Amino acid sequence: MPVYTEMKKIQINEDFCVNCGLCKVYCTVEHSQTKDIIKAFKRENPAPVPRVRTESNGDISFAVLCQHCAEPWCVYSCLTGAMHKDLESNAVVVDEDKCVGCWTCIISCPYGILTRDGDHRHVVKCDLCPDREIPACVDNCPNEALTLVMDIEEVCQTVI
Amino acid sequence: MRTRYLIIGNSAGGIGAAEAIREKDRKGSLTIVSDEAVPAYSKPLISKYLSGERTIENILYRPAEFYERNNITFLSGEKITRLEIGSKTAHCEDGKLIQWEKLLLATGGKPIIPGIKGLDKEGVFTFTSLGDVMAINKSLTRGQKAVIIGGGLIGVSASEALFKRGVDVTVVEMKDRVLNTILDEHTSFLAEKAFRKAGIKVITGHTVVEVSGDDSITEAILDDGATIPCDLVIVAIGVLPQLVLASNTEIKINRGVVVDRYMSTTCLNIYACGDVSESYDPVYDENRVIPVWPNAYMGGRVAGFNMAGVRTEYPASTSLNSLNYFGIDIVSAGLVTSPGEDYEVITRQENDMYKKVILKNGLISGLIFAGAIEQSGILFDLMKNKVPVEEFKQALLSDDFGLASLPQKLWKEKLQT
Ligand SMILES: Cc1cc2nc3c(=O)[nH]c(=O)nc-3n(C[C@H](O)[C@H](O)[C@H](O)COP(=O)(O)OP(=O)(O)OC[C@H]3O[C@@H](n4cnc5c(N)ncnc54)[C@H](O)[C@@H]3O)c2cc1C
Repeated sequence: MPVYTEMKKIQINEDFCVNCGLCKVYCTVEHSQTKDIIKAFKRENPAPVPRVRTESNGDISFAVLCQHCAEPWCVYSCLTGAMHKDLESNAVVVDEDKCVGCWTCIISCPYGILTRDGDHRHVVKCDLCPDREIPACVDNCPNEALTLVMDIEEVCQTVI
Repeated sequence: MRTRYLIIGNSAGGIGAAEAIREKDRKGSLTIVSDEAVPAYSKPLISKYLSGERTIENILYRPAEFYERNNITFLSGEKITRLEIGSKTAHCEDGKLIQWEKLLLATGGKPIIPGIKGLDKEGVFTFTSLGDVMAINKSLTRGQKAVIIGGGLIGVSASEALFKRGVDVTVVEMKDRVLNTILDEHTSFLAEKAFRKAGIKVITGHTVVEVSGDDSITEAILDDGATIPCDLVIVAIGVLPQLVLASNTEIKINRGVVVDRYMSTTCLNIYACGDVSESYDPVYDENRVIPVWPNAYMGGRVAGFNMAGVRTEYPASTSLNSLNYFGIDIVSAGLVTSPGEDYEVITRQENDMYKKVILKNGLISGLIFAGAIEQSGILFDLMKNKVPVEEFKQALLSDDFGLASLPQKLWKEKLQT
């Protein structure tokens, strides 16, 4: 029997994006060691890395985040098994201890949204902020250019 | 014994297939056979085991409870010696017979052993399995000298591991540069420079013609007569499809086992994937053997769906490689050097960053990114899916290249906005 889960999805609404970059700032802070904006940006070594990217072209701008694909190429191409779908949340997550930093997932990601950590030891990616009800990027977007929607998805029961 | 699904080979391809089958069919009996007596592990990480950076547990590809949780009968340390296609029976070395309904050949590759004199001596190893590195590990003592024959991915991987174990390493590459099938001149040179700087000796443009010594080896002799003292030799010329099971059967073989877009061989209910097979490559628009991990997994996944009765087409994929040796990060995919005049090459270089894209008729046919590698995935996706890029080709290598550089219709589709 298929099992379904309610899954967080971050919806991009480019019409409301003013390219302020706050999503990136707060993503960085949320994924820093200290979770303190000053320390995160000024003191931490290695510097924390944002998992969201802002893009613009002429009048258009938007944030790009991991889409937690239903068919995640990063998971299928991972050499170690570090990249996987979480059995409960269905999010695509990386086990940073297992990751060796081969970067095969980076070239496999159609969104180009996986990045190396500050030390280039392992990959980092959007984890939908497991410690927060609402992901930091969404929570701090002043304009609802990023919104949280809940999706019903079938849980993949086999991969890991 | 009888099984609905029989998978031969317990690596990227075999596991990809098993996971796909279990997504569609939780109950049908599923058996994986492996002649290696370990659960699935990451082949590319055998070097990390040899270097001492990882234990065996830490290079396992799936958690220990994987087989049980997925109701898979795992026959480890069991070698299949012959297939009887008419009666759908696999013969094991120990006499066991396994009858299948659907069969997958995921037997991978085998190391190429060149005709060099002396390779039968003690101290000569290949570098393609956990068994290989465990044997090398046992033979390691202090102050050793190693010669690596072959400067491709496997040779480089072996060099790094041995180097980290304090071995004095010399790599001998026949062509004029290391990693010549997956990198271009510029990036090969970058890699070579990094190896030399670390302390690995690199000899290009020469081959080893003989490994000499009485019982154990003492030196490698090159084609120009030069000798390199050594007590360890690693043969790392490359791999060839492991075709023993398919040869002398009705299964069609070219270089590898020939499969269609559904990963089906020319025999009904027999599938193949990974290093043993030849699958569709959109860059060449033909079937090719592409011995890389991601394609083995994807091919296995597609085979698994089709075996479970869900018709699924293999999404086009081509060669892709990524390297992280001695602090240089390089990714490449498809063609790495231009084959001729009808190809256009765009490159960009700044400090440690190097980017190159090869185009033909407005389509991407190859790419290399070094230093700044994050955006390569977008190009790889455009290449695989044959998306025309003529209109925005100048943006492909820029620092701020992203989805917004693509036509609006494309990024809107991708981001579902
Ligand atoms: C040192 C090294 C480094 C590599 N680095 C990379 C890398 O960085 N990136 C990348 O993408 N790829 C890399 N590769 C290549 C990658 O490992 C292969 O492409 C991948 O393992 C292919 O998977 P497969 O399932 O087709 O076959 P394999 O991994 O070769 O597995 C086949 C299995 O089948 C078993 N088998 C064969 N015949 C029988 C039989 N008759 N009975 C029972 N069992 C049998 C074999 O013993 C083996 O366990 C590397 C390979 C090596 C050796």
